[in-house]
Amino acid sequence: MERRKTYIEDVDRGIYDIKNKFTYRYKSDKGLTPEIIIEISKEKDEPKWMTDFRLKSLEIYSSKPVPTWGADLSGLDMDNIITYVRPDADMGDSWDDVPEDIKKTFELLGIPQAERESLAGVGAQYDSEIVYHNIKQELVDQGVIYTDMETALHQYEDIVREHFMQLIPPNDHKFAALHGAVWSGGSFVYVPEGVNVDIPLQSYFRLNAPGAGQFEHTLIIVEKGANLHFIEGCSAPQYRVTNLHAGCVELYVRENARLRYSTIENWSRNMYNLNTKRAIVDKNGTIEWISGSFGSKVTMLYPMSILKGEGAKSEFTGVTFASTGQYLDTGTKVVHAAPHTISSINSKSISKNGGHAFYRGLLKVTPDAYGCKSTVSCESLMLDNESASDTVPVIKLDNDNIDIGHEAKIGRISDEAIFYLMSRGINEEEAKAMIVRGFVEPITKELPLEYAVELNNLINIELEGSIG
Amino acid sequence: MTKNLLNVKNLKINIEDKEILKGLNLQINEGEIHILMGPNGSGKSTLAYTLMGHPKYEIAEGDIIFNGELINDLRADERAKRGIFLSFQYPEEIPGVTVEEFLRTAKTSVTGKFHGVIAFKKLLKEKMDLLEMEEEYASRYLNQGFSGGEKKKNEILQMSVLEPKLAILDETDSGLDVDAISIVAEGVKRVQDDKKSILVITHYNKLLDYLKPDFVHILLDGKIVKTGGIELAKEIDERGYENIRTKYSN
Repeated sequence: MERRKTYIEDVDRGIYDIKNKFTYRYKSDKGLTPEIIIEISKEKDEPKWMTDFRLKSLEIYSSKPVPTWGADLSGLDMDNIITYVRPDADMGDSWDDVPEDIKKTFELLGIPQAERESLAGVGAQYDSEIVYHNIKQELVDQGVIYTDMETALHQYEDIVREHFMQLIPPNDHKFAALHGAVWSGGSFVYVPEGVNVDIPLQSYFRLNAPGAGQFEHTLIIVEKGANLHFIEGCSAPQYRVTNLHAGCVELYVRENARLRYSTIENWSRNMYNLNTKRAIVDKNGTIEWISGSFGSKVTMLYPMSILKGEGAKSEFTGVTFASTGQYLDTGTKVVHAAPHTISSINSKSISKNGGHAFYRGLLKVTPDAYGCKSTVSCESLMLDNESASDTVPVIKLDNDNIDIGHEAKIGRISDEAIFYLMSRGINEEEAKAMIVRGFVEPITKELPLEYAVELNNLINIELEGSIG
Repeated sequence: MTKNLLNVKNLKINIEDKEILKGLNLQINEGEIHILMGPNGSGKSTLAYTLMGHPKYEIAEGDIIFNGELINDLRADERAKRGIFLSFQYPEEIPGVTVEEFLRTAKTSVTGKFHGVIAFKKLLKEKMDLLEMEEEYASRYLNQGFSGGEKKKNEILQMSVLEPKLAILDETDSGLDVDAISIVAEGVKRVQDDKKSILVITHYNKLLDYLKPDFVHILLDGKIVKTGGIELAKEIDERGYENIRTKYSN
């Protein structure tokens, strides 16, 4: 078969691609040994149980094979990933205390501005550590805790110990084990019973160091009847060497509580993004996932909802955009483990210029979870003939008293639709962008305005390289 | 002296090695209404798409001159900017894009002038009122879930917002009831003036009760075989295309 020459265009990713000089206060050696793990733990002044947890996780990591059922991970050489980079900064609660170049990066990403205008609290992580964390005083007064995981581990050790990696145990898969061994940074949120946090909190994770890994841990507990919207943003500049992101997100949604977890991940094209996110939802609680996957070389990401209490609810809305050289394997998992639980899944993926978007989903209903309802819709849009798309929505039912609606559509962008828009004076590039924006509109309309704008901007950045 | 707007010379179009238009000639001057009639398969829609610049319809031979400029190689958006508009027989559905957002982008693009949200809202509402369209159409997704009649009205709405020099209406009357036809015809008349021209492509002559054409052309097997006045349309109405075919072919 003749191989067509493919051009890897360098999309100008603008602000996302700004590289700072690689400076650090401490970094671990490449690769992974118990000595490195002990060193990281010592550097972070951790309690012994955590050091032991890390070492145990490392053992599990070493014993597990690299998964082969999904994306090709052979390009990932763990011996060449720096697992821990402490930036040359202490954590502050004022942007003035953040070193100039790091502050500037976050300013270009719009974080301080968003904090002033539309957020109740912000955490900003640079490489392995949080460099900024702040929360509005009125939330503190209501007992809301929002801080970095390191601080949480010291100040709220009991809560952390009770929940840390309980939803995602290290033996879950190889990269969960890796995370358990080398995790660093991330955010801890605790919303007390009945407290309604009506404006969002946001953590932003920025990986600047070349050849490094980012392994932040996010732990959120929303107590009975409480309400929170948490936004996670991620990006990194482009390097020639491979970077790795293997974060963990554990969400506890108690009775009648509601948590919306929104993410826009926009990694550079040298990133292996192997992230694990999981929520457990008690009686009549609600988890809403909004997930935008852009960038990265490889992504494997399947946020999971465990509906443990009767009447618990999960909504997943996801958009994935795969371009040249990208294999984005995304989806969601829902376990209906109690009666009358409800889930809805709405996934959209776009692939262009040889990109591969793969939807992988699991819907599982346990034997005694009767009277459940689920609707699954996955749609894929391919912008040309070189791109690929797959859909594997697995459904496992252990009882038949359940109401399921399922719809999957894979299609190529319609030349007739492009022509229709062009016949009204709109050029080809804008016509395609308009169709793609319309395709993801059900998702953008769920986002707060400034993130809807960011999502549309990312789509425009992705599409600019596709014409000509 | 009336100025020529569209001059199609000896146009030949092949689709998959089959000749569809076989040397078509058509001249439209400013301010004229032309009706092009022909049976199914005669090449009517091919002409419409070719004039609008659909990439699938490659010009094998001949010229399309618009406003004195050869436009054979221009893309559809470039033709739209020069004032050509096609009302589609089967308009595409574009999910997630509202009628208003789409038309404001189109208007900005066609005129090269920015149209602000509020001023455009007002303009759109005026045009919609004239077509007896409910205000909520502006916020609906383009053609999605529209009935056949609603889609056709939406095409006429787009035409009245974009104000083209030449509007080509491809079977706009098909699928419309009597009331809708009169509203559409009124909409068409409002766009047409002594500078602007209309080419109505139709199978029947329903619109003819409302529009007074200057010329009626009969398209048979890829060529215009006869041009006349409104009496020609009446002749087809009474005697059908077969009669015309024997009378004018070869």
